[in-house]
Amino acid sequence: MARLSPEIVQRARDMMALYPRPRSAIIPVLHLAQEQDGYLTEDAMAHIGELLDITPAEVYGTASFYDMLFREPVGRHLISICTNVACMISGAYELLDHAEKTLGIKADTTTADGEFTLEEFECIALCDKAPCLTVNWRFFGPVTNQDFDRLVDDLRAGRLADDVPPHGTLCRVRRTVGLAAQVPFPGREGDPMKKPVSDLPDDKAGPHTGTPPVDKRTPGERVAEGQQPAREGAVPQVDESAAEILHPEGTDTGPTAGGSRAGGGT
Amino acid sequence: MPVTDVEPIVTRRLGLPESWTLKTYVDNGGYAALRKALSMAPGAIKDDVLNASLLGRGGAGFDAGKKWSMLAKGQPSYLVVNADESEPCTFKDHMLIEGDPHQLIEGTIICAYANGVTQAFIYVRGEFALGVERLTAAVNEAYDYGALGRDIFGSGFDLDLVVHYGAGAYIVGEETALLESLEGKRGFPRIKPPNFPAVAGLYGCPTVVNNVETLSYLPWIVINGGSSFSRMGEGVSAGTRLFSLSGHVNRPGNYEFEWAKATFRDLIEHPRLGGGVRNGNELKAIIPGGASSPWFGPDKLDMELQHDVVQKAGSMLGSGSVIVMDHTTCAVRAAWRIVKFFHRESCGQCTPCREGSGWLEKIMIRIEQGSGREEDLELLLDVCDNISPDITWPPKQTTICVLGPSIPPAISTSLNMFRDEYLVHIKEGGCPFD
Repeated sequence: MARLSPEIVQRARDMMALYPRPRSAIIPVLHLAQEQDGYLTEDAMAHIGELLDITPAEVYGTASFYDMLFREPVGRHLISICTNVACMISGAYELLDHAEKTLGIKADTTTADGEFTLEEFECIALCDKAPCLTVNWRFFGPVTNQDFDRLVDDLRAGRLADDVPPHGTLCRVRRTVGLAAQVPFPGREGDPMKKPVSDLPDDKAGPHTGTPPVDKRTPGERVAEGQQPAREGAVPQVDESAAEILHPEGTDTGPTAGGSRAGGGT
Repeated sequence: MPVTDVEPIVTRRLGLPESWTLKTYVDNGGYAALRKALSMAPGAIKDDVLNASLLGRGGAGFDAGKKWSMLAKGQPSYLVVNADESEPCTFKDHMLIEGDPHQLIEGTIICAYANGVTQAFIYVRGEFALGVERLTAAVNEAYDYGALGRDIFGSGFDLDLVVHYGAGAYIVGEETALLESLEGKRGFPRIKPPNFPAVAGLYGCPTVVNNVETLSYLPWIVINGGSSFSRMGEGVSAGTRLFSLSGHVNRPGNYEFEWAKATFRDLIEHPRLGGGVRNGNELKAIIPGGASSPWFGPDKLDMELQHDVVQKAGSMLGSGSVIVMDHTTCAVRAAWRIVKFFHRESCGQCTPCREGSGWLEKIMIRIEQGSGREEDLELLLDVCDNISPDITWPPKQTTICVLGPSIPPAISTSLNMFRDEYLVHIKEGGCPFD
């Protein structure tokens, strides 16, 4: 299967450059790989390892921890039905049964035509619209059996293509600001003002890399010594001509309008 | 206004046209607080937030001002906004991120300035695709507006803000797991001590971690002063607070009102809040603060929604989510579903949590499906006791993080309140609610 395309590699490098340590970008970059292939291919994970200078096993080890990252193909539409307690007491398991019948598959499997994967999911924070579900992480709720059938028809016919991108595409808005090409920030990789990595605690020190340098002061003593750190260095010149301006692809893209479902206490 | 005449703070712009855009935000007073903050000394802002008595709204309820005062000296230091809202039946941050992302960004910048941080991250739950898109667009706007980046509003203060997103893992809401994940690893909570984020957080550096709702109050606090905030509410339960109300009520939703001035009954029954239990049904139980909290029966309805009061009564307000169950709810099934959740989400580092949650889930489903034995009830409590010795409140801990002690309350309190119902399942060989 495919390695990452040049376009995805460029987007991955842009993301990596936002972080003091490139490995921090691994989850967003894994999402990019899913955007390309719909799931994580072994080649893509190996390629990400090369980009981040870590082993494929380390990439796999991170990826396998997270529910949204798939190492097997999934359908074009991933339907995730919440069955956690608020949805359960509002009929989520009945909805899940209905969905299995409508799609002709069991939960956690994919239809033969590769259109739909159905999964039972944990709370997706739309509990005032129980029972609720997401399709490729776009929210729908409350969903009746009839709503579900209509939703499947609409998805199959491509009528929701504007609202629901193919599985794997998480964020359709590109960051256009503060990219490495525009503004060097202290501490970032490739930045002239970057502190040497050796100044930071050893990244390979132990199972939890947060292990701090030994500091025998108590927290109280540290507080007493003051909080306000000195500002580093001078502000570097910004080369405007080097700034590559991308354009956001629109912001109001989801099927539910945020805020409109709020009680808001008014 | 419900309950008291205090105006909402963090939800006041929701419902305005395109409330997530810079234009709406600035037209409605947005970024004025940041301009004011940048004219103040960082220490003065920190003092103001201490005066505000702003308790963290993420679940633990720790005073945000005190948390900041613990930040160890050292460069670099970081700010990480915990926007990984995953506690079952909590959906307030989700609404704030989608509905008013600039308020969160402004609060984040103020927090960074007050704490001398020049690099911040907002770690958004991966499932919030629309929220990630709106926040990313809002960050783009904020840079162009001069509120982020170099020399913010000509003040000389620099801040770089990254919208980071996860990939689905409840445990990453735990702050040290959040940092581990932000370093690009599996979301394993870290051992504390020594890994208190304020001392050894992201990349081992001093790190402030605050919740979305907590930071969203900051612009208002800067404009109006910390004492205006602490004048609202009662004692440490100061200001207003968002409650996520779900389950068997007529009007589920997020409601913001003056803290400690309403009871569970007000929240559930007030016509402008919950509007009563659906179909006029009888209330069976409430889960007062997320799936991790011990349940209450109808006898607690007139208890005030106040941090200390609920804590003393043996539960917590946690993340502010109240789940209402009416008399048609099977207590065994509800408790099973909660323990199933914890079993699925246990990261697997600690034996009591990893194994205990699985045992409990199996015993619970056995009872629910009619194959339970009477001695299972003692076995349930024995396993709970192994995870959290003595099953007390606040709970004792045998695990690295608090996911472990979050497992027993649903079982121990439902068993205590509805022992007869458990026994009916066992004696009749099935669920009486089926």
